[in-house]
Amino acid sequence: MRIGIPRETRDGERLVAATPTTVAQLVKLGYDVVVEAGAGAQASFPDAAYRQAGASVADAAEAWSADVVTCVNAPEPEQIAQLRPGATIVAMMAPATHPELVDAFAERGVSALALDAVPRISRAQALDVLSTMSNVAGYRAVVEAAEAYGGMFTGQVTAAGKTAPAKVFVIGGGVAGLAAIGAAGSLGAQVRAFDVRPEAGEQIESMGAQFVQAQAAQQEVSSDGYAQEMTAEQERLTAVMYAEESAKADIIITTALVRGSAPRTITAEMVAAMRPGSVIVDLAASGGGNCELTVPGAKIVTDNGVTIIGYTDLTSRLPKHTSQLFGTNIVNLMKLLTPNADGQVVLDMDDVVQRGMTVTLAGEILWPPPPVQVSAAPAAAAVVAAPVVDPAVRAQQEKEEARRKGQRQLVGYGLAAVLLALAITFSPAAFTGFFTVFVLAVFVGYYVISNVSHSLHTPLMAQTNAISGIILVGALLQIGSDNWWVTSLAFIAATVASINIFGGFLVAYRMISMFRKDA
Amino acid sequence: MTLASLAQAVYVIAAILFVLSLAGLSKQTTARRGAVFGMTGMVLALAATIALSLDGSERHVLVTALLIALVFLIGASIGTWQARRVEMTQMPEMIAMLHSFVGLAAVLVGFNSYLTETHADSVHLVEVFLGIFIGAITFTGSIVAFLKLSARIKSSPLKLPGRNLLNLAGLVATAGLMAWFLASPAVLPLLLLTAVSLAIGWHLVASIGGGDMPVVVSMLNSYSGWAAAAAGFMLSNNLLIIVGALVGSSGAILSYIMCKAMNRSFVSVILGGFGSDEGAPASGGDAADYGEHRETTAAEVAEMLREARSVVITPGYGMAVAKAQYPVADLVSRLRAQGVDVRFGVHPVAGRLPGHMNVLLAEAKVPYDIVLEMDEINDDLAETDVVLVIGANDTVNPAALDDPSSPIAGMPVLEVWKAKQVIVFKRSMAAGYAGVQNPLFFKENTAMLFGDAKARVDDIVGALAAAEPVGAERS
Repeated sequence: MRIGIPRETRDGERLVAATPTTVAQLVKLGYDVVVEAGAGAQASFPDAAYRQAGASVADAAEAWSADVVTCVNAPEPEQIAQLRPGATIVAMMAPATHPELVDAFAERGVSALALDAVPRISRAQALDVLSTMSNVAGYRAVVEAAEAYGGMFTGQVTAAGKTAPAKVFVIGGGVAGLAAIGAAGSLGAQVRAFDVRPEAGEQIESMGAQFVQAQAAQQEVSSDGYAQEMTAEQERLTAVMYAEESAKADIIITTALVRGSAPRTITAEMVAAMRPGSVIVDLAASGGGNCELTVPGAKIVTDNGVTIIGYTDLTSRLPKHTSQLFGTNIVNLMKLLTPNADGQVVLDMDDVVQRGMTVTLAGEILWPPPPVQVSAAPAAAAVVAAPVVDPAVRAQQEKEEARRKGQRQLVGYGLAAVLLALAITFSPAAFTGFFTVFVLAVFVGYYVISNVSHSLHTPLMAQTNAISGIILVGALLQIGSDNWWVTSLAFIAATVASINIFGGFLVAYRMISMFRKDA
Repeated sequence: MTLASLAQAVYVIAAILFVLSLAGLSKQTTARRGAVFGMTGMVLALAATIALSLDGSERHVLVTALLIALVFLIGASIGTWQARRVEMTQMPEMIAMLHSFVGLAAVLVGFNSYLTETHADSVHLVEVFLGIFIGAITFTGSIVAFLKLSARIKSSPLKLPGRNLLNLAGLVATAGLMAWFLASPAVLPLLLLTAVSLAIGWHLVASIGGGDMPVVVSMLNSYSGWAAAAAGFMLSNNLLIIVGALVGSSGAILSYIMCKAMNRSFVSVILGGFGSDEGAPASGGDAADYGEHRETTAAEVAEMLREARSVVITPGYGMAVAKAQYPVADLVSRLRAQGVDVRFGVHPVAGRLPGHMNVLLAEAKVPYDIVLEMDEINDDLAETDVVLVIGANDTVNPAALDDPSSPIAGMPVLEVWKAKQVIVFKRSMAAGYAGVQNPLFFKENTAMLFGDAKARVDDIVGALAAAEPVGAERS
């Protein structure tokens, strides 16, 4: 089958759905790839590179009439008209908010796969373009902020005095938020971040930011991996926290998008309370913006000197790497759709990933798909449920448990001591002396060996092995017996024991000599 | 009088030297001194013993002296030859074989002690009996361990029907023989006892799988100590008792550490057959949908390593099998020369002996201060750029922490999946020795590098060498 890669026609779009690298991978899957001339030009991929990777370069009509068409943005009506009935179109479509698009696909009789409707389960992560786009957008948001911000991100102490590090506040701990935290952190900023989902806290902290908690504002664990809207009380408390944090921050990056729409997080008053020169980057501008003053697609400066960046094309501003990552998502999708690696698309409607993203199947509307539960949620719910037990009560229980265990041990030791004493009392006097030596030696051994470093355990075993060849002493004392039987047995025993002594000591020494400290 | 008390004095000094020797092994810096103390103690103890033996010889002194000389000639030549020849990867086998020697010697000394002591009281008889019992178990147990470790027999557990009953029957028979022997001391019950204990030792170790060998070898180490102590009791020799007790407790502690590292009780290891009691893991593990694994190439890994700031390598038995420690050491020194922070994370049960990995790495001239233990490195893994898992599997399995139904649930593991990127060197997608599927392989940040570990590491070193000097931008 043939895969068509048309040039993106949306204004300002610089991405392309395949790069020479991913084209080569598609070819390997058995597909013929046709790339529209100039498709990758904006992302610095010349046509020649595509040809070299095994694609043919043709005009738009040929690309659009392929068996499978992959592009970044949803096609325009005139482009849909160029699709061959029965073909498959793969793109970002936002089917939930664009029902007219879904109808158009059905009318044209094509199968449409929405890249932005991939179920959020771990198996599907490799083809989740939203994660890819969010990741790039989060990174770029920091770059945009750095450009607009009049200071350095990292704190400096120089002969000319010192500067404080930039304080960055990130709202939302999704992929974009985490990428922004990582990028800002590696530039040297102090990063604080908030997310309504408590389970995001660990991830935020793992990226090196401080997790900000609003009093009781965190919600329950989500069952489908997306954040949900908040209750009124939560909202009030969160607003208080936003006000406090935004007043302290030099840079705010907001990434809160709940199913395509952007909740208001930063109000006009909060912006008014910010220092002049501060920067807000609103990654949710496409959904209307998290900040009240955001103008989608533009950069504005408020009266009090706060820059608000509402660009909606952040991913397009890094066309080379975004296209590469996006293209790899497509390759992963095609791998899934090509189980036999023979260049034939096989759509499997029993697979939740394929079912979830299939909007129309050969003209039949399949949107919306049945809900998919995120596999990780039950486990997460269990984790949340556990701390319901009051910590104090639990500590008490644990203490009680430990005390009872201690008592049991004490009784056990007491019993052992009594038995030992009885055994020694009733044994012959000669034995008692030896037994005392034995017991003491066991304890000396216990304490000495407990200190041995784990890395020396192998030499230790060789050494103790050599030492236990001391049984040679016994054999040597018997070797002079006048009974030839005894002498022969003693001779054999002495010989094997001496092998032990020589072998054990030498090999232990050899090993110990190998250990060397870093020079 | 004079010679005997002089010998006793020397024995005390030797015993002190042995304790100091073991104490010296606690740190690398004092380990060499510890080894020398041990040798000195042994020389003193043997010198005193030879003097005593010649003095008390019932035959012509020259004959006895000749025999003793012969003993040392044979022992020294074989022992030295073995110690020089053995490779560090074969250390588990060598140690197991040496254990069997102690066991054999204990059995023979036990018989002799019975034969020479004409008017024995019951305490002495019990000592003889126990000495032979422990010695014989150590002997066959160690031989089976040796055969398994050197791959001369299959390392999978032998699953005889009712194996616990068999062990129990062996113990009951032993108790019966003891009663018989105490009632009418004779050589016959002793011979029977030897046969029964040899069988018990063989069966005990044969029922334990290859991966549990660290515990088994430490256990046999412990037994060889107790056998020496038993010999000390029957010969009324304090030095033997002290040394036996030291070695016995040493082995016991090592076994305990190993068991703790696997989160298993000593009894469950000894009763053997890991993975066989609950036949579920293989099927139960496969049922879950882990998704797909990703493959990578040596060139990609080389690039990843060159761009990393911190790298942790977690070796396992597979590294020893592939003899990959030399290329790994080469890789480490190259990366360190480029300023990459490289460290090793060693799980306590990695390898077939306690501390086996450390010895292998030391042999390859990896400095010991970058070889860390699990507890030392686990907290740092989250800040690590790349983790290389070379020949390890169960010791890096997240199921041990996440999945309460996993057969290895609760076992402390190296939490490598917290790192930014994990590369797993593996021959194929087969499960580890515990038969448990490893969800690590299917994680987002894990990539598999299939093939022989040594060849793959060589490839990476080659790619690194080819790419020097660093700096060329790649698209």
